[in-house]
Amino acid sequence: MYDISALYEAKTVQEAVDLLTAHPDAIIIAGGSDVLIKIREGRLAGCKLVSIYGIDEMRGVKMEDDGTIRIGSLTSFSHIHADPVIKEHVPVLGEAVNMVGGPQIRAIGTIGGNTCNGVTSADSASTLFAYDAVLEITGPDGKRLVPISEFYTGPGRVALKTGELQTAVLIRKESYEGYHGCYIKYGMRNAMEIATTGCSVNVKLSDDKKTISDIRIGYGVAAPTPIRARSAEAKIKGLPVSPDTRALLGEAVLEDVTPRDSWRASKDFRLHLCSTMAMRAFTGAVRRAGGEIDD
Amino acid sequence: MVIGSNVPRIDAHDKATGRTKYTDDLCDQRALIAKIVHSTIAHGYVKSVDISEAEKIPGVIKILTCFDAPDYKFPTAGHPWSVDPSHQDVCDRNLLTSHVRYYGDDVAAVVAEDEVSAVQAVRAIKVEYEELPFVLDAQEAMKEGAPVIHDEHPDNVLKHTDIRRGNYEEAIKEPGLIKVEGWYDTPSVQHCHIENAICFAYQDNEKIVVVTSTQIPHIVRRVCGQALGIPWGNIRVIKPYIGGGFGDKQDVLYEPLCAWLSTQVGGRLVKLECTREETFCNCRVRHAIRSHIISWCRPDGTMVARKLECWSNQGAYASHGHAIAAKGMGAFPQLYPCPNVECDAWTVYTNRQVAGAMRSYGMAQAGFAVEAHSDDICKKLSLDPLEFRRKNLMQKGYVDAFSKNELYDDTFNQCLDKGAAWIDYERKYKEYQNQTGPVRKGIGFAVYWYNTAVWPIALETAGCRMVVNQDGSIQMQVGDTEIGQGADTAFAQMAAETLGLPLHMVHVISCQDTDVTPFGTGAYASRQTYVAGMAIRTCAEALKDRILKTAFRYTRMQPYLMDIKDGNIVRTTDGRVLMSMADLATHSLYDLENSEHLAMERTTQIKSNAYSFGCCFAEVEVDIPMCHVKLLNIINVHDCGRLINPALAKAQVEGGMSMGIGYALSEKMIYDKKTGRLLNGNLLDYKLSTFMDHPHLEAQFVENAEPTSAYGTKALGEPPVVPVAPAIRAAILNATGVALCELPMDPHLLFRRFSEEHLI
Repeated sequence: MYDISALYEAKTVQEAVDLLTAHPDAIIIAGGSDVLIKIREGRLAGCKLVSIYGIDEMRGVKMEDDGTIRIGSLTSFSHIHADPVIKEHVPVLGEAVNMVGGPQIRAIGTIGGNTCNGVTSADSASTLFAYDAVLEITGPDGKRLVPISEFYTGPGRVALKTGELQTAVLIRKESYEGYHGCYIKYGMRNAMEIATTGCSVNVKLSDDKKTISDIRIGYGVAAPTPIRARSAEAKIKGLPVSPDTRALLGEAVLEDVTPRDSWRASKDFRLHLCSTMAMRAFTGAVRRAGGEIDD
Repeated sequence: MVIGSNVPRIDAHDKATGRTKYTDDLCDQRALIAKIVHSTIAHGYVKSVDISEAEKIPGVIKILTCFDAPDYKFPTAGHPWSVDPSHQDVCDRNLLTSHVRYYGDDVAAVVAEDEVSAVQAVRAIKVEYEELPFVLDAQEAMKEGAPVIHDEHPDNVLKHTDIRRGNYEEAIKEPGLIKVEGWYDTPSVQHCHIENAICFAYQDNEKIVVVTSTQIPHIVRRVCGQALGIPWGNIRVIKPYIGGGFGDKQDVLYEPLCAWLSTQVGGRLVKLECTREETFCNCRVRHAIRSHIISWCRPDGTMVARKLECWSNQGAYASHGHAIAAKGMGAFPQLYPCPNVECDAWTVYTNRQVAGAMRSYGMAQAGFAVEAHSDDICKKLSLDPLEFRRKNLMQKGYVDAFSKNELYDDTFNQCLDKGAAWIDYERKYKEYQNQTGPVRKGIGFAVYWYNTAVWPIALETAGCRMVVNQDGSIQMQVGDTEIGQGADTAFAQMAAETLGLPLHMVHVISCQDTDVTPFGTGAYASRQTYVAGMAIRTCAEALKDRILKTAFRYTRMQPYLMDIKDGNIVRTTDGRVLMSMADLATHSLYDLENSEHLAMERTTQIKSNAYSFGCCFAEVEVDIPMCHVKLLNIINVHDCGRLINPALAKAQVEGGMSMGIGYALSEKMIYDKKTGRLLNGNLLDYKLSTFMDHPHLEAQFVENAEPTSAYGTKALGEPPVVPVAPAIRAAILNATGVALCELPMDPHLLFRRFSEEHLI
């Protein structure tokens, strides 16, 4: 039994916007794998809910005419993992969301919920940062686009205003074409796990595969929100593919990350992981891009 | 032969199809719901409880606080009661308490029409406390000036016992001895049975009926009587199928509170179901035990003198208490016999949650300490671990003076040979030494010692009833419980074997009902096949005797010329089938002249016990920069005597290995040092190992039939968990040269230790 005071079900995006405007204190529920837990724990006990789970127009992955990959915010992790467009163009995202929880959670959990609950540990987030994703937000004034790097406003907080919901995740062609990546999730076990730290690295190599033309590094649980390691990226861009570059990367990321001490893991351990994982993910990404680099 | 064959579990079909009824399935949906108010401090007194807001919540029927509960102190351990007051379990609990002794202690309860109202009321109740200092560590709790948790134990020591053999102080004066010393720490962990603790209670005329998910229905009846201050016979406990217990449900949990709550609402049906968080925080955990071992050895590995000290963290209430640490300590001088031994064990109250029974009952802790220490000896003396074990382990013919248990076979060598061969130990052990590089492999092993059952420490008694149906099949009831381990199937195989019936003619009544079922103390101590087996054999032989006497009436053959085989009465002299059991049963029941109801009941006292032994071999890959251990291969080899059902035995071993893997690599309960609160009491933050963390689990056996056992069996339920953690520890040592002395060997520990050893 859940302590819910009201449940409003939207069938269209417009209905959802209307309901959220009419009930500004209501919480949006999609798959419910986060919201129901908070209700059960008492943190949201007695809340009002607007369910968007029945809005089918927000489901599915498609390639738009300009090459943008459009992922409806209600698309489940298991759908994303199996989707042919994802597999062909942004395989790392499919791999990342396949590490969420277990099969049941992946069948019910949505990419929109994963990003909108604002947690730093979301498995999809660091990879979406590494793909420079853009979020489509729909509200009373229509649609607006927000780069994912501007979406997170603090731990558990995102840039959604009253009456708004996230309707799609967009990855533009220039963000994925020619890029190859690797996501590493560090957990204390191999399933049913929340990331201790997550690191997603995308690289674009020169035609001869010898130089890092571009690199994007996304982290989860390395700061209060998911982040990009921008200073490290700037240092590595243009350098040769080599173990030295990788070692430099391992050092450089430490200036971007600000993990905290908690009973879940010490700050020192997380810093060690941030560095080690960046180097491992870099190696994986380079090899996937056709580059050669020793262990 | 029914025994020794892989017959499918007799409950498999219903369990696989979801038809099996567990406690919650049996509870009327109209039941009132009880929820408990847990303390938000670790130690102190309840000054007042304000229920005024909570009472206004619609649906709330009754709120009861620690000031309303009767003042009967009761024990909770699932031990047979002792008629000797000095051996009785410690009575230190109340239904609700005003003296809060751990963060989460039970101070009030709400009974409401539904769960939402009950939970809302719990949140609306305001409890005012007088806070006292608290202590979480066993050794800290023994220090002068530590907070006193129970007035009856001003030094917080629940119990201290020791073992002395030879003369330790004299023996260590021998010149040339090498001293090896180690400290070994094991954490509190939880059983994580699938079905949370749940019970419901109602009054039926003068009786209080309690239906509960327990391993020990007859003990629950006694304790409910003690807790409510009513005659034990006025309590009726019913135990349906249960979703696992692993020792947590070898304790009386919330049955007494639920029974009392029912009496406070006019005997109405009240259900009390723990959430998973309550199962973590308010049921029982495995004792955290710190062990200190010193061995004085000659350079060839001969152990001249040894000392063990261990401190067992009991938490807030006695529960199974000192029995756990005592069992672990008892193994120490037996597993590696040594002429001069000093052992001391302290079980210490702390302001942590209550520790009780958990699969292996102290042996997982002692097994880790003792076997880790064996490897530390080998490392210091540059000895081969396998040779060290073969030389120093208990040898064939060993007899323990107290229990009279005997090692009848060359079991350890047989088990070690089998395990080493499967995993290719000797080659890999040499190959993996002196590796460099970030990712290294390692291999190791450990052995275990286990006592089946509890004799002569406590009473062993078992009852069995068999009733012949009109078609010649039988109903069988025993007091020893099916808790998922497959006991009912093994019992059916035993009865079929002795009675000469095909398995389908033996119907086991799985449910225990203390008003109906013969007395038995329940499922614990890996004793079901040993103890219940004796009752089953005694009853079956007596029933068979009676059946053959009855058969004389219809066959005119002397009973000693007949036997029952495959469901028929046969003449043994020529093997002729004289009549079927079905015909005999029908005739005897419906006989107009001599109608006879064929039935038998026997109780058996057991005054023997049996050793169970085995080993685990593990192979790992250690990713040093990632502080991560990957288990590559693992095998357990057990000598648990004769296998009643090899497939079930294998399943039992696999489950134990899984529990051992979690204990070794990921599981621990974390307490907030500032408040005493359990921080990770849920299945996300508590790292129970999953299917994805296991390689193939290989289970093999050495079958030396136990001479003292009715069907040749001895302990298997608990032992598989014991050798896993020390075997994995040995493999990590082999891979990295780093000796880890605490559990779990998770990435946090590896990061710390690899940093200290400058590997990262």
